[in-house]
Amino acid sequence: MITAVHLRVFFVLSSVLSVSSEVLRLMHEFNEPLVTAWQLVAGADARLAGIVLLSLRVSLSATLIACVAGMPIGALLAVGRFPGRRALIVLFNGLMGLPPVVVGLLVYLLLSRAGPLGQFGLLFSPTAMVIAQAILVTPIVAALTRQVIADAWSEYREQLRSLGASRPRAAATLLWDGRFSLTTAALAGFGRAIAEVGAVMIVGGNIDGVTRVMTTTIALETSKGDLPLALALGCILIALVLSINALAYALRAWAQRRWG
Amino acid sequence: MITRRLFCSTLAAIGILSATASDAQERFITVASTTSTEQSGLFGHLLPLFENASGITVRVVALGTGQALDMARRGDADVVFVHDKAAEEKFVAEGFGVKRQEVMYNDFVVIGPKADPAKAHGTNGKDILEGLRRIEATKSPFVSRGDKSGTHAAELRYWKAAGVDLDARKGAWYRDTGSGMGPALNTAASMNAYVLADRGTWLSFRNRGELGIIVAGDTKLFNQYGVILVNPAKHAHVKQADGQKFIDWMVSPEGQKAIADYKIGGEQLFFPNAKR
Repeated sequence: MITAVHLRVFFVLSSVLSVSSEVLRLMHEFNEPLVTAWQLVAGADARLAGIVLLSLRVSLSATLIACVAGMPIGALLAVGRFPGRRALIVLFNGLMGLPPVVVGLLVYLLLSRAGPLGQFGLLFSPTAMVIAQAILVTPIVAALTRQVIADAWSEYREQLRSLGASRPRAAATLLWDGRFSLTTAALAGFGRAIAEVGAVMIVGGNIDGVTRVMTTTIALETSKGDLPLALALGCILIALVLSINALAYALRAWAQRRWG
Repeated sequence: MITRRLFCSTLAAIGILSATASDAQERFITVASTTSTEQSGLFGHLLPLFENASGITVRVVALGTGQALDMARRGDADVVFVHDKAAEEKFVAEGFGVKRQEVMYNDFVVIGPKADPAKAHGTNGKDILEGLRRIEATKSPFVSRGDKSGTHAAELRYWKAAGVDLDARKGAWYRDTGSGMGPALNTAASMNAYVLADRGTWLSFRNRGELGIIVAGDTKLFNQYGVILVNPAKHAHVKQADGQKFIDWMVSPEGQKAIADYKIGGEQLFFPNAKR
């Protein structure tokens, strides 16, 4: 005798089955890229290594510049008191959404031979890519730093004041004090830098062996219709970003235990 | 205190590590070219040969022809290597280029669903104008580059020659994608649309789906590539000597042979035809 319960069990089972067959199909679709990705990594492909290193070099440099510029800006926005401060806070929050392609175009026009900085011949060089990504990432670092420091400021304000610390001094102290939390701001900036393709494509030109990075390679392979290879490179990029985040997390935990 | 010093030295180390942006001072020229020459793998085949022969590295920025010429107008390239005769001649006439030299040709092909719902293949698969008229008449999906590239310019010429007034006839069937050859082919493959492509990119394109060559071999589909040195009189920093060396090599018997030697799956992609 078939009861309602039987029917329900049947439906659940059949839907589980159909879902799992869909998963199997997808796994097949993603299998080839994963195998390709593994072969590329295991084969220690020299060209791939060059591309990965350039990606890291460009995006780490840009993030470093963005931190050096953005963290003091963020801290001063958090503790400072000056006219236009609120407008600046809104501006930096808004600039977190800067479209990479627009930044790329602006930097292109600046660095082009016909542009104001043309005489340096920086266009289509890794330096141009660092400049574009630094512009893109600085507002992110500044805005996130401001939030971290503003929270600390509301907590330690009285204490710092009673010690007679000036506002810039307080900003510096809070930056140092919040250094572990600020790794998140730096990582968010780095994530944006390493993932973007619009700006580096325009100012770098995706020149083989000179300015070709992970994201522009992925875009190129997609253009060629080699979707499995493009996806394989995508897997490697994601793995790279994850490892860097894991490394930063571990370092932070270690440093916090050691000196926190 | 020691922690702060450690922190600062770590930062400095990262700085030094990442600021290795001083690229090795090598001898190089910048060539603005088209996606078809880059993505078909022709440059991957040619440039190492030239680099070995000359010691000059060639940095290729691959764009659509319109954009490549524009980049050269701004002085951001030493040589342009593109395929839109009218635009190239205009470029030289405006004084931005020294001289246009023909290097090689290949041909355009109409790609479309193998089932050919528009019957664009016609009687012998060689009539580009009749093919386009049939695509328009049946309102079959057609993907246009729409990016002022050489291929886009050619496509617009063919529509005009076919007597199809695109501005009046354009509808949902005509998809203006504003993208490079590869992305346009990807789009066409995903919606089973017709598209005009250069044979080189098509031969090296992998995500073909249900698409195949529908029209090819019409003499009108001839696609000439030209090479131009950017005028040093307009942009003083142009690497005249090295750029000219590259051009001379391309039209030399050696360069011409190298072009003819490039094959994908046994099929020759580009046919050298430099005048000497």
